[in-house]
Amino acid sequence: MHTKTIAELSRSLQSGELSSTELTQHMLQRIKAHDDKLNSFVTVTEEAALEQAKAADARIAAGNAGPLTGIPIAYKDIFCTEGVRTTCGSRMLENWISPYDATVVANLRAAGAVMLGKTNMDEFAMGSSNETSYYGPVRNPWNTDKVPGGSSGGSAAAVAARLCCGATGTDTGGSIRQPAALTGITGLKPTYGRCSRWGMIAFASSLDQAGPMTRSAEDAAIMLGAMSGFDERDSTSAERPVDDYVAALGTDVKGVRVGVVKEFMGEGLDAGVGRSVQAAIDELQKLGAEIVEISLPNAGLSVPAYYVVAPAECSSNLARFDGVRYGHRCDDPKDLEDLYKRSRSEGFGAEVKRRIMIGTYALSAGYYDAYYLKSQKVRHLIADDFRRAFEQCDVIVGPTAPDTAFGLGEKADDPVSMYLSDIYTIAVNLAGLPGMSIPAPQSAGLPVGLQMIGNYFDEARLLNVAHQLQLATDWHQQAPADFA
Amino acid sequence: MSLSADDVAKIAHLARLAVSPDETESMGKELSNILDLVAQMDAVDTDAVQPMAHPLEMAQRLRPDAVSEVNRREAYQATAPAVENGLFLVPKVIE
Repeated sequence: MHTKTIAELSRSLQSGELSSTELTQHMLQRIKAHDDKLNSFVTVTEEAALEQAKAADARIAAGNAGPLTGIPIAYKDIFCTEGVRTTCGSRMLENWISPYDATVVANLRAAGAVMLGKTNMDEFAMGSSNETSYYGPVRNPWNTDKVPGGSSGGSAAAVAARLCCGATGTDTGGSIRQPAALTGITGLKPTYGRCSRWGMIAFASSLDQAGPMTRSAEDAAIMLGAMSGFDERDSTSAERPVDDYVAALGTDVKGVRVGVVKEFMGEGLDAGVGRSVQAAIDELQKLGAEIVEISLPNAGLSVPAYYVVAPAECSSNLARFDGVRYGHRCDDPKDLEDLYKRSRSEGFGAEVKRRIMIGTYALSAGYYDAYYLKSQKVRHLIADDFRRAFEQCDVIVGPTAPDTAFGLGEKADDPVSMYLSDIYTIAVNLAGLPGMSIPAPQSAGLPVGLQMIGNYFDEARLLNVAHQLQLATDWHQQAPADFA
Repeated sequence: MSLSADDVAKIAHLARLAVSPDETESMGKELSNILDLVAQMDAVDTDAVQPMAHPLEMAQRLRPDAVSEVNRREAYQATAPAVENGLFLVPKVIE
């Protein structure tokens, strides 16, 4: 049953052919059997999962079920879950049990989704390889010597290995799309403000956005519909109705204008990845889409701008971790300053410290204009590029990542090289647009992602184009042999 | 851009992080490399560009100035390292 999608399983659950309890037990068994090879889960909530499955079965029997009722999913460990440990991949929150659910979790719970557990992630969502977690690296199910990408690498690996039917991720600079690409799954970062950020541990507040990680665009549409919506507790939540994403999946792509970013298809892109992405674009053309070349002239500045904006915001957000109210506290502090410094130094890993330091520097007296203000101006230039591009096309496509999955440890000593893993995804976060990654043909036996970028709140069109491509191809149906 | 050991120590203090002398050199190099990456922005003229305040040009939403949450002090303090009589305990700062 793990080979089926959420949409297929939902039909089986509703018809009575399968119970949520059976499905949940099967998935828990798969986690037990396979996760020691992947390290994709930090916490497995077996008892709660079986209770939720039982409640879902009762709900289905009462005729009160939706498409997610009884479906076992996992949550990235950045989402607060009431009564369950929420570590954010850090020693700082090793023993922290959230007293509330994040709004996204509450929404999915209300839809009847069953929580299998919490997935591993780069510490505080800072990383592109899932090697910075305090709980050890996650491995890619396609080749366990390779990384799954980050920071939602635990969610990506768990979905790719069929250990859960879907998972939540968060995307600050590409952290849903890049691991989706490297593990061969479908990942969607919605428009900024589409999903509530309340109860999602903040990394960079003007960029962070929650989204679904699934095996198909249809499943992403089902999950996104449940996750989205206005939340008065999040001051950045968008006050606009949620589209019916599943209902929007039935339109063909004839006449849809697909913009190919010329700056993304040249230098710096692995040749095999380039060929795969081109094959996916050719398939869209065969389906009737109109291909147009577009330019994002300032996209090359997105990584430099991001590495000021994100660290600046993280240095502010992570100031709350001081050893006083919650989180790790050092032993025998001699005074308050010693408490702060040692608690933070012991609780945070190297990448988190590095980004806090950069952010602190960029915001310090005398440097604010040169770094932070400059970045926010560059951010405007990047957003304006997209506005102009969407006058020529409906959807923008290109590669998600410049290469296939790289080896564990390969980029660990070179932060700047690691940062360039997100070179094609970061601009989307800076502009606040929706973006997704879906599987393109593999290159040398490893997954490749096709990135698709939509206009603001145009997730329905994005999902439909992805769904039409998935109806015509089987790239998204490939499974890693050891986890088939 | 090259940060000196003094710069690293000053930033670490502002960030309330302890950086040992052994780590200072490597941390300085890593931060300098990141600042070199960031310096690519200097090539573009942004004098006439407005900084981006919000990706959706949204204004901050206001709400009535009224209590809307229940008091959950006990639940929130349950995960604190040390509390007493409803207060967070910290080390003595004045002898």
